Amino acid sequence: MTERKRKAFRAGLRDGVPIGLGYLAASFGLGIAARNAGLLPLESMLASMLNNASAGEYVGFTLIAAKATLIEIALMTFVANARYLLMSCAWSQRMAPDLPLRHRLLMGFFITDEFFATAIAQPGDLEPMYTYGEICVASPLWALGTLLGCIAGNLLPDRAVSAFSVALFGMFLATIIPAARKSRIIAGLVAVCFAASWAASALPLFAGISTGTRTIVLTVVIACAAALLFPIKDEEGEADA
Amino acid sequence: MRNLVCIFVMAFVSFLIRVVPLTLIRKKIRSRFIRSVLYYVPYVTLAVMTFPAIVEATASPVAGAVALIAGVVAAWCGAGLFPVSCICCAVVFVLELFLV
Repeated sequence: MTERKRKAFRAGLRDGVPIGLGYLAASFGLGIAARNAGLLPLESMLASMLNNASAGEYVGFTLIAAKATLIEIALMTFVANARYLLMSCAWSQRMAPDLPLRHRLLMGFFITDEFFATAIAQPGDLEPMYTYGEICVASPLWALGTLLGCIAGNLLPDRAVSAFSVALFGMFLATIIPAARKSRIIAGLVAVCFAASWAASALPLFAGISTGTRTIVLTVVIACAAALLFPIKDEEGEADA
Repeated sequence: MRNLVCIFVMAFVSFLIRVVPLTLIRKKIRSRFIRSVLYYVPYVTLAVMTFPAIVEATASPVAGAVALIAGVVAAWCGAGLFPVSCICCAVVFVLELFLV
C-alpha cells in the first residue's frame, strides 16, 4: 500500500467510529423490528450484513411479517432504497475513470447515507481505502447491533437510545454545513430543503407517502430546480463537490 | 426457509440499485444539467433526511431541535464528524434529564 492509501485507510477507521456507534444504536432498533417480524437472530444479522440499509430493511421486515409476495418485497425494497441509485450516480462522477471493477462493486455494495456523505466530503477523487476503513469499523457493528436487538430486545435504556438516535444526523450536518458556509447557493438550498421536508411531513396531502419515497421525490425535485436555476461552472462538481 | 428467500431478494435488489450506476457510468458526464443535479444531490438528500427527522427521533422534540441548532453551529465553526455527532448526542442526553 502506498503512503496515501494507508493514510486514507486510517482516516476511514477514525471516521468509522462515530458512524459505527450510530449504527449500533440504530440497528438495535432494527433487530427488535426483525424479532417482531418473526426472524431468527441469525437471519436478522444476515439481513443486515447483506442489505446495509435501515429503511430498506425495516420495510422488508414488515413485509415479511405481513406474508407479502416476493414481488412486493422486491418493489418496496427498490422504493425504499432508490436514493442509493442517486448516490451511486453521484459517486460515479467522483471516481477516477480507470478505477477497477472490483472497487466499484465493493464500494457500491456498501453505499449508505453515512459512507456516501463522508466520502463526498473528502477532497479529490474518491479513495476506496478511505471507505474500506470506515466499513471495517462500522459495518460489523451494524450487523452486531441487529443481532443483539433481535436477541435482547429492550436492554438499552430509553435515555441512551434517544441520545444515540441523533448521532447520524450530527454526521449529516457535519457534511452539509461546511459546504453551506462556502457557498451561499448551498446555504439557501439547505434552508429550502429543511422547509420543504418539514412541509411534506406536516401537510395532510403528503401524509400517506412513506419517508423513503418523500426523500426521493424531494431530492429529485429540489436538485433539478437548483440545477436549472444555478448550473455549476465547469470545474465545480469534479474538484470539490 | 421462506425468511431466507425474502432476505436474499431484498439483498439482490439493494445490490443492483447501488452497483449498476457505479459500474455503467465510467466517463465524466458531459451534460451540464445532469452534472449540476448530481452536484446538488448529496446536499439536498442529506438536508431532507435531517429535518424534521432529527426532531422526531428524540424522546423530547425540544431536545432534538436544540441538538440540530448545536450541530449546525459546531459544524459552521469547523468541527468534524465525530465532534459534531458527540455534541448532538450530549445535548440530547443532558436536556432530556430535565425534559423527559
